[in-house]
Amino acid sequence: MANSVKDLMDFYKDVEREVYLDIENSAPVASDVLEEMLPYFTTRAYGNPGVTHKLGWEAYETVMDAAETIAKYIGASTAEEINFTPGDTEANNLALLGVALASRRDKGKVVISEIEHLSIINIVPLLKRMGFEVVKIPVDGEGFIDLDALSDAVDKDTILVSINMANHEIGTIEPLKEAVEIVRDRNPDAYIHSDASDAYGRIPIDVSSLGIDLMTLSSYKILGPRGVGALYVREGVRIERIIEGQVGTQRLWPGIENTPLIVGFRKASDLMFKDFEKLRGYLGSLRDRLIKGILDSVDDTILNGPQGDKRAPDNINISFLRSEGEALTIELSLYGVYASSGSACTRRMLTPSHVMTAIGREYEAAHGSILMKVTRLHTMDDIDYVLEVLPKAVERIRSITPSGGD
Amino acid sequence: MSRVPLPYGAKILELFRNPKNLGRMEDATVSAVAGSPACGDMIAIYLKIDDDTEVIREATFESYGCAANIAASSILTEMIKGKPIKEAWKVSWRDIAEELGGLPSVKYHCGILAVGALKRAIREYYRMRGFHPDWLPEELTREEKQALEEEELAKVLTRKIGMGGGKKSDRSGED
Repeated sequence: MANSVKDLMDFYKDVEREVYLDIENSAPVASDVLEEMLPYFTTRAYGNPGVTHKLGWEAYETVMDAAETIAKYIGASTAEEINFTPGDTEANNLALLGVALASRRDKGKVVISEIEHLSIINIVPLLKRMGFEVVKIPVDGEGFIDLDALSDAVDKDTILVSINMANHEIGTIEPLKEAVEIVRDRNPDAYIHSDASDAYGRIPIDVSSLGIDLMTLSSYKILGPRGVGALYVREGVRIERIIEGQVGTQRLWPGIENTPLIVGFRKASDLMFKDFEKLRGYLGSLRDRLIKGILDSVDDTILNGPQGDKRAPDNINISFLRSEGEALTIELSLYGVYASSGSACTRRMLTPSHVMTAIGREYEAAHGSILMKVTRLHTMDDIDYVLEVLPKAVERIRSITPSGGD
Repeated sequence: MSRVPLPYGAKILELFRNPKNLGRMEDATVSAVAGSPACGDMIAIYLKIDDDTEVIREATFESYGCAANIAASSILTEMIKGKPIKEAWKVSWRDIAEELGGLPSVKYHCGILAVGALKRAIREYYRMRGFHPDWLPEELTREEKQALEEEELAKVLTRKIGMGGGKKSDRSGED
């Protein structure tokens, strides 16, 4: 195939401003984070934290310090409860498969929500092959889990319940406290995992008062590096490794700890929690300006997910009827605005995002959904630029769409 | 050296940005649709045909779909304009892929759908005129079959979304 990226770049020459909002799929590392990381690649603490000599001890200190700091931010009691993994996907896999492996003799039931990330949804066939029953809890039109269905689903055979804290696509902050009470009431022995990839650093989390057993944390979504994430595992939880190798300080993930990335994860966390409430307010104001601006200036739009403080402060997800989402993301990109879509086309398949269908969006709204996330580095000027070009982009795509409808 | 294929080449992006022959044709001789918005892929083709010579004078399209879908439809209209219907019938999705500078396998169906719409329009034209030329096969072509398959899938999908989601999104209405 002769297609080359170089030829495609010519289309982006005249872009006057770039606003990257595709944080769901990848994100830049903030420069203040990178600065902190750099010495650890070359001169500092590059030993193996599990090895007993000076460079190992320096690395040990660095990794443990990061784990303690992150533990503190989520109300965990010890650094040992923070298990660094190579990412959010790996942390979710470790949580579900690790707990399932530890219960493989008894089998039992795993309960998840319908709108989990694919790094949970796509484990389901494997869990079934391993002999577990898997039940998916439905959600309402705004993405809130059906607590009655949860209560019905959890029984004495349930080994694990996994419910995301804030949804990655539509930002719904789940009623986790209520969910935990229901699960405990139905079966005090069932473990509760929460994928907090879209909550950590943006929503206050206290695992102790929340009473959950496992939780996934993301680095890149708070402008830390990719290639690192963490799984909080409460002390005493029965879980096994899902990969094998030389075990160092991270008993659940063998292999050499990636100290520079862990340092970056920690620094990115520090920067989110330094002035947490103020930052949350700032993200929320960017989000609300963007949502309101779009709904006011473009007709036939639907906000996906709830409004206000039950929505993650960084999440914007809007469906544009009569415009296919993949085409719209490409059109937006030609203006220098980067977003993603729940459309089938971006996903290289014929079905739209499972989150969109779970909240009852008709195909047109699902294929026409655009997901954007704001970060602490975005400015009001960025938002205003998006509001300037987005209506033009939607209009152009709509002009291509068959006018007669279906 | 073999790489993971890039979904888009410059030609596709150019046609996406500046599509040729875009829009509904009010005085079309015949038109046809393939695909369904449920699958996020639908192409409408409009043809103006000279009945005496059986030559396609004009061809336009509308598309609800990804950039490849738009580019494939656009290039197809270019390829068939001025051609006798018999020649236009022979255009394959591979010809479209070639004209576009290559289509990766995940986007083949965009080319197939465009050809499917064209073939349907041609069949409809002869049905309207009430005769069946020798060269026109009775059996559906691969492109037409695939368009049907996508439409069938879309029906299932629509039913699934319509039922499941509608009920769930209206929690207050449950018992």
